[in-house]
Amino acid sequence: MSPTDMSPAGPVLQVRGLSKSFGSNQVLRGIDLEVPRGKVVALIGPSGSGKTTILRSLNGLETPDAGTVTVGARDAAPASQPGAEKPLIVDFGGVAPSKKELAKQLSALRDRSAMVFQQYNLFPHKTVLENVIEGPVQVQKRPRAEVVAEAESLLTRVGMLEKKDAHPFELSGGQQQRVGIVRALALRPQLLLFDEPTSSLDPELVDDVLIVIKELAEEGWTMVIVTHELAFARQTADEVVFMDGGVVVERGPASQVLRNPKEERTQAFVRRLLHEI
Amino acid sequence: MDFDLFWSSLGPLLLGAVQGTIPLTLASFALGLVIALVIAIMRISPNKLANAVGRVYISLIRGTPLLVQLFVIFYGLPAVGVKIDPWPSAIIAFSLNVGGYAAEIIRAAILSVPRGQWEAGHMIGMSRNQALLRIILPQAARVSVPPLSNTFISLVKDTSLASLILVTELFRVAQQVAAFSQEFMLLYLEAALIYWVICLVLSTAQTSVEKRLDRYVAH
Repeated sequence: MSPTDMSPAGPVLQVRGLSKSFGSNQVLRGIDLEVPRGKVVALIGPSGSGKTTILRSLNGLETPDAGTVTVGARDAAPASQPGAEKPLIVDFGGVAPSKKELAKQLSALRDRSAMVFQQYNLFPHKTVLENVIEGPVQVQKRPRAEVVAEAESLLTRVGMLEKKDAHPFELSGGQQQRVGIVRALALRPQLLLFDEPTSSLDPELVDDVLIVIKELAEEGWTMVIVTHELAFARQTADEVVFMDGGVVVERGPASQVLRNPKEERTQAFVRRLLHEI
Repeated sequence: MDFDLFWSSLGPLLLGAVQGTIPLTLASFALGLVIALVIAIMRISPNKLANAVGRVYISLIRGTPLLVQLFVIFYGLPAVGVKIDPWPSAIIAFSLNVGGYAAEIIRAAILSVPRGQWEAGHMIGMSRNQALLRIILPQAARVSVPPLSNTFISLVKDTSLASLILVTELFRVAQQVAAFSQEFMLLYLEAALIYWVICLVLSTAQTSVEKRLDRYVAH
């Protein structure tokens, strides 16, 4: 499957003034972000800089205190996603919506994006195939036979078809994460979100996962990736956004931000990370 | 000891177990689990009222003796015009009791499932209820089998209290035979033996259920 069913016009994602505090700790201070269709944005920065909170907000797992998130329109809305031919605008500021209304908005966000977790978060009581088809069959109510066929072809792509009847505990971390990616793809999202997808992996397993992500980028998926893999970000991302302390410190083409950062904080971060490796 | 009496009373005692103790245990446990699940879900609900009702229920059940609960239902309720027969009284009392204890077990089991599982459920588009039903509860079930088995095995023995509200079960049969024959030691030991065998069988069943539920977990 390729994301060709998306309209070619306009950004897939537009974030304006996103803010979020946990108690007295303000983790996001008015973040703006734009991801054009088919592009890859890498979020980098030290721990606690707010990168993951942005991703989680985009998937409705956190509720920001203020800001708007706009997910662009889809050309042809799949039957499982009525209304997707219109852009989705979620405004977190202003009058607090009722709990029900908020749940509806967060769920609308989730309908359009899919996330790959740092800890994989596969369902341990389900097989690989069941993990992948759970959302499309149970939530999107698509025909099971069609979903299974699609899931099997996606699993084949990442070299996991022969493990389709295995349970997650029988898989290595790299294999689990490839299943995690397929689970996200099977939802046919407009936007793929990766939260440090290789941070929990043994070093020798990292490449298998990065290669898959890179292929998806080349296919034209729109993606936001939180990562510490600077080499990977340079090769894969169209834009790199460096965050620190809840603000965007620097952004630009990957080659520029990672090779010749302008800001001192970016320079220090890149230098430190390269030394670590 | 009078071994003839042992053998001749074995039949009636076993009948008491098969017709009284076992069905009473099974019915009360099944109903109790349903109550427990409802109370556990109320306890983890963001709804404050539901949460409070669940908390009070558990506190009342755990804070009062089972025998008192049984007597309130069977001997007490008729005073306010509610007369319930021995069997249904026993099933109501035992299942309400199991409900209170098992609710805490199920609640703890639900809370033991990592938050990432809820999030993965939401990520694939599930509502809270869908995630609870399809993702969280199946995993909580595995964790709750050992403590629930304890509750179940306790219940087998607690059903002997039903003899005090005239339910004919294993212990009441033993009492009747003992009163008639005056062989108290023999009959009560014989009843104890039968309870023990039932519990041994249940422990074996517990092990096999645990194995079955463990099949998707690393060892």
